[in-house]
Amino acid sequence: MIPLHDYLIVSALLFAIGLAGALTRRNAILVLVGIELMLNAANLNFIAFWRYSPDPEALTGIMFVIFSIAVAAAEAAVGLALIIAVYRHYKTVNLDQVDSLKG
Amino acid sequence: MQIAFAIIAALTLVSAIAAMSLRNLVHCALCLALAFAGLAAFYLQLGAAFAGWAQVLVYIGAVAILIVFAILLTRSGEGTPQPILSRSWGVGIAIAVLVFGVLAKAIMSSSLTSNSLLQKMPSKPEPTVHQIGDQLMTRYVLPLEIIGLLLTAAAIGAVIIAMKDAGKGQLTGPRAKATQMEIPPQSNNASSASHELEEVRS
Amino acid sequence: MIGELFNGLMLMIWKVLTDQPDPKADFLAALPERARPLVAAILSITPILMIFPGLFAATTWLERKGLGRIQNRLGPNRVGPFGWFQPIADGLKMLTKEDIVPRNADKVVHFLAPVVLLVPTLLAFAVLPYGRNLVPINLDAGMLFFFAVGASTELSIFMAGWASRNKYSLLGAMRAIAQMISYEIPLILSSVTVIMIAGSLSLVAIVQHQAGYTFGLVPHWYVLTPWGFAGFVIFIIASLAESNRSPFDLPEAESELIAGHLTEYSGFKYALFFLAEYLGMFAMCGLATTLFLGGWRAPLPFLEIVPGYIWFFGKLILLVFLFIWIRGTVPRLRVDQLLNLAWKFMLPMALLNLIVAAIWHYTGAWDFPSALLWRWLLCAGMIAGPYYWLGRGLTGRAKLVKRNYRFAD
Repeated sequence: MIPLHDYLIVSALLFAIGLAGALTRRNAILVLVGIELMLNAANLNFIAFWRYSPDPEALTGIMFVIFSIAVAAAEAAVGLALIIAVYRHYKTVNLDQVDSLKG
Repeated sequence: MQIAFAIIAALTLVSAIAAMSLRNLVHCALCLALAFAGLAAFYLQLGAAFAGWAQVLVYIGAVAILIVFAILLTRSGEGTPQPILSRSWGVGIAIAVLVFGVLAKAIMSSSLTSNSLLQKMPSKPEPTVHQIGDQLMTRYVLPLEIIGLLLTAAAIGAVIIAMKDAGKGQLTGPRAKATQMEIPPQSNNASSASHELEEVRS
Repeated sequence: MIGELFNGLMLMIWKVLTDQPDPKADFLAALPERARPLVAAILSITPILMIFPGLFAATTWLERKGLGRIQNRLGPNRVGPFGWFQPIADGLKMLTKEDIVPRNADKVVHFLAPVVLLVPTLLAFAVLPYGRNLVPINLDAGMLFFFAVGASTELSIFMAGWASRNKYSLLGAMRAIAQMISYEIPLILSSVTVIMIAGSLSLVAIVQHQAGYTFGLVPHWYVLTPWGFAGFVIFIIASLAESNRSPFDLPEAESELIAGHLTEYSGFKYALFFLAEYLGMFAMCGLATTLFLGGWRAPLPFLEIVPGYIWFFGKLILLVFLFIWIRGTVPRLRVDQLLNLAWKFMLPMALLNLIVAAIWHYTGAWDFPSALLWRWLLCAGMIAGPYYWLGRGLTGRAKLVKRNYRFAD
């Protein structure tokens, strides 16, 4: 009753929203939030394709998503630690002001 | 089924837009947690129960709390309202719209929309946790070990990056008073040096 | 149709009380096809919503009386005989108190925090097997579901602490979250040990694996093995910390940061937080009974005629009484002592327990006459040795010296 391309459109929309947020917000933490949304959109894509595939017993989609969730959690931890270290030095997380290597 | 899909999709997309556009950072983080919950509902609807509950446990139970803690630790006074968008926001929105346009066009004009097999969800049986564990231990054992190493490295790395420097570490007791008398002059020098740098730049 | 429905209802109650399989079948057969899933869900949910808040009311009375007797005083005894109507009086008081919201508070988040705490806590009751055929949903990944909804409650503590716009609330909330995420790891690791031995994440399957009796007398509950006993102790300590009970009640003790994240809550919202904390405690005790104490199984073979739910709730109430006893006896831990205990003591012990459980499982193949004794000695030694040395090593750093007093003159 729900065609596959509906899930894919929702996933593409979620990816675009995450991308828009990551590229437009000033705060470094919100850029990370956008990245997490993009990762989740890709996971949704995997699960949707796995479900509609001719051989769901191979469990490839679910395996991919499990590893993707683990990698995203590790990346969020390291990214937020970096943001805290940057804050400690620059006293701000405003990305427009953290540009001393520019030019 | 369609009503459930429509409701979950609306919930997820609205909270994702709210997560990226609200002014208050903590509201953004809470809307993000709601978006994660919507995605977990999608996984459950698609029959991937293990992935759905793992999503709730890892993303809502850990990543959302990490983000919230980072927001709390990097607040620098909530006095003056500042613009929330960066300098190059127009290009960012344009790129996002372009990416969505390309993806949507690719999806709708591919053979996925006309393939009759993909119009309704196949009623295959749900995978059991036993099968998932079996696959993890036979076919995917190498990625499993690598993920273990990656998580260990990430945990140790995150702790080291976010730790305070050894010189200004936390001291307690009477020795702290003596050392704290010496530290302020140095930090004054450091902050005045960085102020000079900022003035030169601007 | 009404006659059939009534018949089905009576038959369902009789089947539940006597532990017979598939109690809802007759009642559902009298209904049209389309209404069956919804009515089946309501039939599963309603007893949980009636029993556990009732148990909560009884536990508040038991706790106040029990703590009073431990502290050599009487406890409530004015409202009804032996103070039995005290929970009703408390409920009326909470309902009629004024609901104060601070002017600067974030109203939406402040309002939603008790709701976000209560809903996942109630969800956790859906997978516990209460009797031989009494499990609301038999999820294949039941334990993962339980811990997932348990982890979702931490966000509500942050919401409560932050929305109050109060420094003490925020500090208390951050401490509470740090405590909860630190103790989640030994909790989940000790459950993973049970999952490894039982071979399934489904709680019904775990209880089924604890069937049988050795020598016709000793049940095969996991708590009666060395790794199971250590795992049970770790699980109980971690669930004390997860439900913010003494000696880990730093977030909500009156002498610490007023009431932590609950400072700015009054009236019915406070009652909801209170209810959710006790329901969380019941869910943890229910999981501990299912994983380690054999769930609904009877301790001796001839006692199996007693229906399963009586054993389940009996063990649950025994664990609740243990929690109350610990609250009245052990002093409160400081936040750094608490976190050190979690990361430096309980996490290594839980990992070691995992290894010992594997050794116990594989030495089950030994079949010389005194094998059981040697297995017990080996596994118990592997747990007791590090327990002693790790404990000594961690407390050794705080040298006990004569205290230096400075008096104001």
